[in-house]
Amino acid sequence: MFLFLAAASLFVACGEKEDVVASLKKDALEQYADLVLANYEDSYNTALTLKQAIDAFLAAPSDAGFQTCKTAWLAARNPYGQTEAFRFYGGPIDDADGPEGFMNAWPMDENYIDYVQGQPNAGIINNPGAQPVISKEVLVGLNELFSSETAVFTGWHALEFLLWGQDLSISGPGARPYTDYIVGGGGTAANQARRGQYLQITIDLLLEHIAQVRDEWKTDGAYRQEFLNEETNNESMGLIFFGLREFAKTEISGERMFVAFDTKDQEHEHSCFADNTIADLKMNLLGMKNVYYGSYKNSNGTEISGSSFNDLVLLLDPVKAEAVRVAFEEVEAKMNAIPAPFDQAVANSSTTITETIAALQILGDRLAEAGKAIGAEF
Amino acid sequence: MRLLIFCIAIPLLFSACKKGIDPTIAQVEPEEQYAGGVNGTTFDIGQNAFGGQVNGMSSEQNGFFVTGNSFFRSNWVSAPASVQTLDGLGPIFNAISCGSCHFKDGRAKPPGQPEEPLNGLLFRLSIPGTDAHGGSLGDPVYGGQLQDKAILNVQNEARVRVTYQETAGQYPDGTAYSLRQPLYEFIDLNYGPLASGLMFSPRIAPQMPGLGLLEIVPASDILAFADENDADQNGVSGRPNQVWDANSQQVVLGRFGWKANQPNLAQQTAGAFNGDLGITSNLFPQDHLSPTQQQQYPNVPNGGTPEIPDDIFHKVVHYTQTLAVPVRRDHDDVTVLRGKFLFNQINCTGCHRPEMNTGTGGNIAALHNQKIWPYTDLLLHDMGSGLADNRPDFLATGTEWRTAPLWGIGLIPTVNGHSFLLHDGRARNIEEAILWHGGEAEKSRDAFKALSHSDRLALIRFVESL
Repeated sequence: MFLFLAAASLFVACGEKEDVVASLKKDALEQYADLVLANYEDSYNTALTLKQAIDAFLAAPSDAGFQTCKTAWLAARNPYGQTEAFRFYGGPIDDADGPEGFMNAWPMDENYIDYVQGQPNAGIINNPGAQPVISKEVLVGLNELFSSETAVFTGWHALEFLLWGQDLSISGPGARPYTDYIVGGGGTAANQARRGQYLQITIDLLLEHIAQVRDEWKTDGAYRQEFLNEETNNESMGLIFFGLREFAKTEISGERMFVAFDTKDQEHEHSCFADNTIADLKMNLLGMKNVYYGSYKNSNGTEISGSSFNDLVLLLDPVKAEAVRVAFEEVEAKMNAIPAPFDQAVANSSTTITETIAALQILGDRLAEAGKAIGAEF
Repeated sequence: MRLLIFCIAIPLLFSACKKGIDPTIAQVEPEEQYAGGVNGTTFDIGQNAFGGQVNGMSSEQNGFFVTGNSFFRSNWVSAPASVQTLDGLGPIFNAISCGSCHFKDGRAKPPGQPEEPLNGLLFRLSIPGTDAHGGSLGDPVYGGQLQDKAILNVQNEARVRVTYQETAGQYPDGTAYSLRQPLYEFIDLNYGPLASGLMFSPRIAPQMPGLGLLEIVPASDILAFADENDADQNGVSGRPNQVWDANSQQVVLGRFGWKANQPNLAQQTAGAFNGDLGITSNLFPQDHLSPTQQQQYPNVPNGGTPEIPDDIFHKVVHYTQTLAVPVRRDHDDVTVLRGKFLFNQINCTGCHRPEMNTGTGGNIAALHNQKIWPYTDLLLHDMGSGLADNRPDFLATGTEWRTAPLWGIGLIPTVNGHSFLLHDGRARNIEEAILWHGGEAEKSRDAFKALSHSDRLALIRFVESL
C-alpha cells in the first residue's frame, strides 16, 4: 500500500515538474524573442542616431561633426555586436533571404569604393564614368553581379571605411580627414559629393536591413510566431543553442581570432579601420550571455530580464549550469586580458589570444551540453 | 543449461529461416553507411553536411582546417586593401571566393533566367591542337577560360546567356518525361571575336566532400578498374586520363575535374585560384591574362607575388583534402535496398564503383587505409552525343566524362537548396541525370527505363541515400 502511494506521488511529482518545465520553456523562449526584439530595436535606434549625425555632417561638414559620426558609429556597433548571438541557425538575419551579408560583410573591397594609398582614383566614388549614379539599386545590383553570399561594398565596415579611411598607422586607427566631404572649395580628395552620397546610401541601406530583421521579431512578426509555436519548443531551443555553439566555436574563436592569429596579418580583423575589434568581440560575448541569462541592457540604460534558459538548466541539471557560468567567467577573464588594439596583439602573437580561443571552445561545448540537458534538439 | 540454450536457439533459427534472404533486395554490407570510412565520415546531415572535417587529425592539422576554411569562404578583394592576406582579386575573374561557387562546400546551379549572372558555372575554351604537355590550347585572346567578371576599370571578357530546349520522352510504361538541353550564347565579347573553330565546355562547381580520400586511392587500383578495350565485352570500357602535373613536371593519372584533367588537389586548387579568382600562387604565378589583355592593362596592381602565399595556400589545400563525407541515410531501408539491388543488376556499378580503399599517400594519417564508398571509378567513359561537349581535354575525347562520385548526392538539396546535376547542371534531378546517360551507359539507362515505376523510384531512393 505504501509502495503504491509512494509510486503515485512520484508520478504526480513528475507530472508537476514536467508542467513546470514546459511552462518555463515557453516563458524562456518568449523572453528570448523579447530580448531579440529589444536588441534589434536598440540597434536600429543607435543606427538612426548615426544617420542623423551623418545627415548633419554632410549638410555642413566640420571636424566636430565628423567626430560625432565616428562616436555614433562606435556606439551603434555595441548593440549590433550583441545581435550576432542570434545568428548561425538560419533565422531572419541569415536565412536564405537574410540581409546579414549586406550588413556585416568582411573584408571590404575598399578600393572598389574609394581611393586608397597609391590609388588616388580608385573606387566607384572616383569613377563617375564607370558608375554614373550611386544608388541603393546600384550597390545591391553590384553585389548580385559578384554572386557572392556577402556584399563587399555595403554595411557597417563600408561606413567604417568611409569615416576612418585606411588604417595605415601602426598603433592608431585610420585618419581620413573630414575635408574629404567638403564640396566646392577647400575639400580634400576628389568627388566629395559622390563620397557623401555613398555614405548616405550605405547608412540608409543598413537601416532598412536592420528594420527587415527587427520586424520579423515583432509580436506580429511571421518568424516570431512560428518560432514560439509551443509544439516545437525543443526545436526552437535547438536552433538557439546550435547557433550559440557555432558562434563561440567556429565564428568568434575560429574565424575572428584564430585565423588572424594564424596568418599574422595585422589587419585581418573585423573593424580594421577603426581598431574596434576587441570591443566587437566583447559585445559578441555579451550577446551570448544575454541569450543564456534572458536579459538585455539597452543603450539608454533600461534593462529587461525574465525567465531564462539558465533557469531551466538550474532546475534540470545544476551541474551543467555551473559549468556554463564558469566557462563564461573564464572567457571574460581571458578576453579582458587581450591588450588593445587587437591588431597589435596579433602582431605580437599574444598568448592572451590563444587562451581566449581555448576558453571559447570550452564555452561552446558547455552551452551545447546545457542546451541538450533542457531538451534542445540539435 | 545446454538444453535451455537449445530451446531458445531453435525458435530463433526458425524465425530466421522463415524470414530467409529476400533475393529481390540487396544485403546491407558491413559499414557501408560510413561512406568516407571510419575517419572520413561526418554525422552532420543538415545544412553543413558537406563542411565537416575528418576525424583523427592532429591539433595542428585541425588548425590548418580552420584557416583553410576561412580562406575558402572569405571574399577576395581587389588590391591594394588593408587586409593584405585577402587582396589581389582579378583583374578578371569568375568568382570572388571559393565558397561563392561551392556554397557551403556544396554544388552550384546554372542560371535560372537567361540574363542571370553566372554563379558557379564556368566555360573552358580551346582551339584545335595541344600544348607541349598534351593539354588543350586556349583561345589566343580569351585564354583557356571565359571570365565573366572584372575589377573596377577592367573589362570582363563576356557574358553568357543560357537558355534551354525541352525534349519530350517516354518510358516504355507510357510515363512521360522531359529533358532540357542547354544552349549558350556568348554576348558582349569585350576583347573582339572568339577564335574560329573555338570549342567550349561548361563546368559546374561540384560538392567538395571526400576529395582527399579519392586523392590517395593508389593509382594502381584505379588503373586496374580500367578496361579500355572492353575485354569483358559488357559495353563498358573506362580508361584513365593522363595529365600534366605542373609540380612534378610529369604526366600522371588524372583524378579531379569533370574530365579528370587535374592530377591532385593542390593543382586543382591553384588552378581554380588562378583561373576562377585571378589569384596567383607559386604553382601558377602568372595572372590569367593573355598577352593582348596584359598589354591593355599594364598597371593593374597585384596583391603580392604571389597573391596567395604558400603557407595559406597549403592550408586551403589541406581544407579541401579533409572535408568529410556525410554518413548515408536509411542504408538499411527496404526500398533503398531494393534500389541498391537494381543499381547493381542493371550495371550502374560498372562505372559507379561502390567501394575502394585509400592508400597511405600524403601526410594526413587520418585519411590513410580507409574503406570508402564513393560510387565512382575515377575513369573516363563515353557518355554519348547528348552529353558531349565535343572538346578534348588531355586524353579525354569530346564525348568522354569522368564517372562522377555519387557520395553526398542526396544531400545537395539540403545543403544547396537545389537538385541540379551533371557537368552543366542541365539535369533537374537524379531521374533526369540517369536519363541523360548515353554511350557506354546506354544499356544501363535503357534497363532503368524498362523498370517498373516503383522500381525506378526505389533506385532513385537508393541514390538519394548516398
